[in-house]
Order: sequence, then C-alpha cells, then structure tokens
Amino acid sequence: MENEITLHITDREGVTHTLAVPTDMNMNLMEVVRAYELAPEGTIGICGGMAMCASCQCYVLNEVELPEKSDEEEAMLSEANFVKDNSRLGCQIHITPEIAGLAVALAPEE
Amino acid sequence: MIQTDLLIIGAGPTGLFAVFEAGLLKIKCHLIDALPQIGGQLSELYPKKPIFDIPGYPEVLAGDLVTNLMEQIKQFQPGFTLGEKAEHIEKLEDGSFIVTTDAGTQHHAKAIAIAGGLGSFEPRKPVLENLEFYENKGVEYFVKNPEKFRDKKVVIAGGGDSALDWSIFLANVAEEVTLIHRRNEFRGALDSVEKVQELKNLGKIKLITPAEVAQLHGSDALEAITIDENGSQRNIVCDYLIPLFGLTPKLGPIANWGLEIEKNAIKVNNALDYQTNIKGIYAIGDVNTYPGKLKLILCGFHEATLMCQSVYQILNPGKKYVMKYTTVSGIDGFDGSRKEAEKAVVKAID
Repeated sequence: MENEITLHITDREGVTHTLAVPTDMNMNLMEVVRAYELAPEGTIGICGGMAMCASCQCYVLNEVELPEKSDEEEAMLSEANFVKDNSRLGCQIHITPEIAGLAVALAPEE
Repeated sequence: MIQTDLLIIGAGPTGLFAVFEAGLLKIKCHLIDALPQIGGQLSELYPKKPIFDIPGYPEVLAGDLVTNLMEQIKQFQPGFTLGEKAEHIEKLEDGSFIVTTDAGTQHHAKAIAIAGGLGSFEPRKPVLENLEFYENKGVEYFVKNPEKFRDKKVVIAGGGDSALDWSIFLANVAEEVTLIHRRNEFRGALDSVEKVQELKNLGKIKLITPAEVAQLHGSDALEAITIDENGSQRNIVCDYLIPLFGLTPKLGPIANWGLEIEKNAIKVNNALDYQTNIKGIYAIGDVNTYPGKLKLILCGFHEATLMCQSVYQILNPGKKYVMKYTTVSGIDGFDGSRKEAEKAVVKAID
C-alpha cells in the first residue's frame, strides 16, 4: 500500500512480528511498538521519546541503512545496560520509506 | 511527625498543581519526593525542553512551568520532604494514614494523593554478577557523605554530569580517583569536562576510556574490579565503585501498598474522583490508569482538581460544598473572607 512500509520487530519473548507501518503519521519505532502493543505499557517509551531513558533500546538485525545516531542517543546508549554494537533507541528511528524492510529485536527490560 | 490534611507523593507538575486546587478548598498539603528538587521529570529529565500543550501557553520551557507552578502555590505554604522516598503506609482506624519515608520521616495525613509520575527516580544499576552483594560494601550509587571516600581508592563509572562532577570533587578527597566510561566523549557542562581534563593532566584523575566494568571482586567487601578495555581485561584495586549511569524511574515501594496495579500504573475510578481501591488514597497524573488514559500534564491538572473536591468531602463529611470560580471569589475567598476580583464601575452617564 502507498505510505506504508514493512517492518520486522522481534518482541522480548522472541516472537517476530511483521507489520505494515504507515510512513505518513510522524511515528518512530518506539511508537510503533507501543501502537501494536508489542511490549507492556510502562516498559517501553518511558521518557516519551526524548532519548532520555533506554526503555526502547533495540538491536538492528539487518543491513537497512539508518540515520546516524545523535549525541543524545550515543550518550544514552553509553550508560544503558545490555548495549551491543547494533543497539539503537527506537524513539530516534523515524518511520520513513528509506527504512523499509528493517528488522529489529527489542532489548531486554532494564 | 509531620501533620497535614493531604499528603501528595510526587512533586511533579500534577502534584504541585494539586496544592493549588487543595488550597482553594482550605486543604493543607505536604509533598514528598524522592528527588532533592521539585518538578519531577520536568526538572530531572528535560528542564530546557519546550512544552506546547499547556493551555494558555503557546510554548513554555519545562523548567519555567515548574517555577510558575511553585509561584502559583506558594501562597498556600505547602510543606516538602525532598530527597526521601515514600516507602511504607499504614492506615489507622480513623481512616487517616501514616506514610514513612526511606529516611524514617513520618507523615500523618487524612488523605493521600499519589502523583508519582513514572515512579521514583532510582539509579540505573549496571548488570554485573554479585552486584547486590557488594552494595553498601564498596558499591555506592550516590555520594551522600564525601568524607566516606577520604584517602580511599575510588572508581567512578559513567559519562554524564554526575560522573564528571563527583570525579572532580573526590579528586581532592580520595587517595585515587579513576574515571571509567564506555566512550571517549563525555556529556556534561563544558567547564566540568575541561576540569576533568586538567585534573587528568595533573595526574589527580586516572581516565580510562573506552572501557567498562566487567567484574567485582572481594571476599567480604569490594577489593578490586576487572575492567574490559577494548576487549582486553585487567584488574584495578579499589575500595569503592560508584556507578553513575543516570536515573531510571521505578514504581518502587508503592507497588506493594495493596493498590490495584494495571499496566505498571495504579488503577483509579476515573468516573468519579481518581480514587484507588483503597478509600482515601488517590492516584493522579502519569502514575494512574483508566480507560482512555492519556499521560499528559494537562490531564493531570484536571485529575488533581477532581481529586481535591473528593478529599474535601473526606475532610468535611456532611458539609455541603458549592464549586466557586476564582474570578468571583479570588483565591482566598472560598470561605467568603476576601473578594479579589475587581468590580467594574457602575454609574449612569449624563
């Protein structure tokens, strides 16, 4: 469909969800996880999307090119737990046509 | 023991505004907050961020909103217990409550409003084996009494303002200060970063980056840590490890108060007064949940207002109350003692 991309999100139970996600609603990846209820309320997006908690941390599983991390995101990831080389904050990944096909797995709850 | 009518747990925007609404009804308030300052998330997380959905403010900085709320409520002289976490609650036979903080401060109140937001801010703990064993035996998350570290070997881990500031401070107290951070870059006030650089050059702070703490050692208390530096490991002898990885909110002890919890929030009666399943305990703002709940400051203000009306009935059983407008009665005039609103001149013109 127009204005939609496919994303693959593996929840904290290890189940992978393939979703059609709108690109015209100014959403970010953390909000997608909340909208589709892939993690319980209160365990994701706690700071609301300001890169100030790490509750939306996820691991990027494929080669889809993402925008560079901002200083805020780098700083948050330097203090969070369970951080790997492929860690990103979901709230900093905007849903745009360029990230179609992205596969991520949610990091464990802190 | 601190005596009050309404004890508000959480001094964020919702808790602060509740003081105003309570003040209009002559309800005396006291607030408890785990953080040392008022404002909750607005002060702790994003004081310099603009908010665009406060009615009447096209744009307001979070920190300024807190300042304004404090200005609005100071006339009602609320009391504050800051830097202490509400830990234990006891309901007395007369329906009132005693709330005790982690520091042992006791508060006696006729009603409780939990305005705890995301929960109390607690230090983010690193994932390390046997971490709990070493807590208070060498692993510290706060520097409450700097003298404790005098002439000791201290390792600080973290890359934000508190890691920088305490490294600077303890450099002149401790025998040895080592600052470890996962990145080469630090996020903090420029002068703090420069000061750490200067102290490093003077040999007063050992800086190890990029590196992280991998293991803790010691039979009865912390004696050394293993750090991972670019994949290779080595040991550092130390008396203390202070991980300063920021604060993360946790619902905390309130989760064990017998309140109905749903989706990590406190379930309330939104059709009436935001009361919880325990009479006399209310939950307002981000900490509560009900069908259609929105975690917005403006919704917290509304919830605080309705909650206060209900508390009034608890404090004044049987008393009839008619809602008044501040335009008519001012803020002190709810008992008819003062009328603030200026009257227009009514006079015939010849």
